[in-house]
Amino acid sequence: MTWLGIGEADWIALQLTFRLALISTALLLVLCLPLAWWLAHTQRRIKVVIEALVALPLVLPPTVIGFYLLILLGPRGAVGGTLERLGASHLAFTFTGLVIGSMIYSLPFVVQPLQNAFQAMGRRPLEVAATLRAGPWDRLVSVVLPLSRQGLLTAAVLSFAHTLGEFGVLLMIGGGIPGQTQVASIAIYSHVEGMDYASAHRLSLFLIVTAFVMLVCIYALNKRFKIVGVAP
Amino acid sequence: MSLACEFRLARGDFALDARMTLPERGVTALFGRSGSGKTTLLRCLAGLERAEGWLTVNGCRWQDDERFLPVHRRPLGYVFQEASLFPHLRVRDNLRYGYRRVPVARRRVDFDETVRLLGVEALLERYPQALSGGQRQRVAIARALLASPRLLLMDEPMASLDATSKAEILPYLERLHDHLEIPVVYVSHALDEVARLADHMVLLEAGRVLATGPLHELLTRSDLPLAHADNAAAVLEAQVLDYDAGRQLVTLGCGDVRLRVSREQAPSSQRLRLSIRASDVAISLSQARDSSVLNCLPVRIAEIDDDPHPGHRLVRLALGDQALLARIPREAVERLALVPGMAVHAQVRARALT
Repeated sequence: MTWLGIGEADWIALQLTFRLALISTALLLVLCLPLAWWLAHTQRRIKVVIEALVALPLVLPPTVIGFYLLILLGPRGAVGGTLERLGASHLAFTFTGLVIGSMIYSLPFVVQPLQNAFQAMGRRPLEVAATLRAGPWDRLVSVVLPLSRQGLLTAAVLSFAHTLGEFGVLLMIGGGIPGQTQVASIAIYSHVEGMDYASAHRLSLFLIVTAFVMLVCIYALNKRFKIVGVAP
Repeated sequence: MSLACEFRLARGDFALDARMTLPERGVTALFGRSGSGKTTLLRCLAGLERAEGWLTVNGCRWQDDERFLPVHRRPLGYVFQEASLFPHLRVRDNLRYGYRRVPVARRRVDFDETVRLLGVEALLERYPQALSGGQRQRVAIARALLASPRLLLMDEPMASLDATSKAEILPYLERLHDHLEIPVVYVSHALDEVARLADHMVLLEAGRVLATGPLHELLTRSDLPLAHADNAAAVLEAQVLDYDAGRQLVTLGCGDVRLRVSREQAPSSQRLRLSIRASDVAISLSQARDSSVLNCLPVRIAEIDDDPHPGHRLVRLALGDQALLARIPREAVERLALVPGMAVHAQVRARALT
């Protein structure tokens, strides 16, 4: 099936890319909420070490992360090997491996906006909610999430966009197997390698347009949010 | 309803070590300088701060060595210094936040009535950002009351307001004072505020309780710093007996004593609270009938003490079972040969507080 001049294999790569971005973003948001909350409020000295660890993917070449993940998740690595012994299969060159890789790579883009949002919010709204009979989960849903929705939105957009654009980590850990671990960015690369510039163009343009439209929608949404009276 | 507690908490170079028992009804002021531990003590009562010690409210243990009732399980209301309304909710939903979290069977306040009591009916559909400081604080007080508290804690609710907003909110606080059946603990470092609102007082200094007792007693006790302050004043609770509209004069009864206060409109309630500053009291040996001062009261000198101004002395006067303070020039004390026990007349300029 060819649509917009994009071949079936490329559609599968696109689908894989968006599925990966969606799943990693969703998982990251859930996991980073407690981590960012802890970082925003802890007085412990270990905080700086954790912050540095979280920021590490920003400075490392993606290939370094991908390389070590490949070893770790592969059949002889600590994680992959254990899985094999338990009767499961290792995670190198699998979609799960891609998810883990892109989550680690996008970690700082989710933690930092959330941490900033939580720091800006402070403890006061939670104290107020507690004196008004709201228990811990109630406070999370009725106060923390609505008050930090700008940070949540930023974190989600950054994580999603970052995964769409990811190349090095995913190539290392996924191997770029067409139909399984070949995401759009890798598909473009292999088109160029095969001198198929026309396909590379179509896929690239499609990504540019979708990314742009998505961002416009999100910023418009964000503006509307502000009008409804979120904290200055 | 009664409240008793003991708290110990060390934080940096500040240590709280406070024990107190509060009366069942009325407003108790936690009074002291900034840094004396008022807010910390209030936060300990709410459970927002975890101190060592114990707390019993209305026969229930809220805290001791084994137990610590979490804040959201304590039936209290808390008004913070800054109104701290939820910015993402309209006034109506801010008010309903605590209200709908209280089971219907345990609700003790009516939504509309509380909204009216604090005068926020017209603000319900607004967002907090569109309110003035005084309006926000009124909404915050209504929100706390709507959670049906058995104990209301207020942390300097007027400290962050300008003079106009303060003047706007004071009448509402006084209305609360008359309406509420529950004890209120009110943190303040402003003596005039306390004089208007409080019935009892807990005096704090450097994390310790210096004294507790009825307001009028603590204000005039010469062993406490309040009587020696520049704006030292006695507070009298008086019954309205008559209002002379032509002369704009209220006649009040306080025990056996009659007092007169000039006032532009008739008092709205049967009781008035009077403040009598130490600097507004003069002493004469005979009843001066040729003076312009409205009140000349027979009193007895209870005590003569040093005053921070070396040219003056602080005289405590017994008026029935109440007390007045007078700041008298040292020269006058010697000239009139004033000594404790002496019966004299106090020429008093009183101010109605309410």
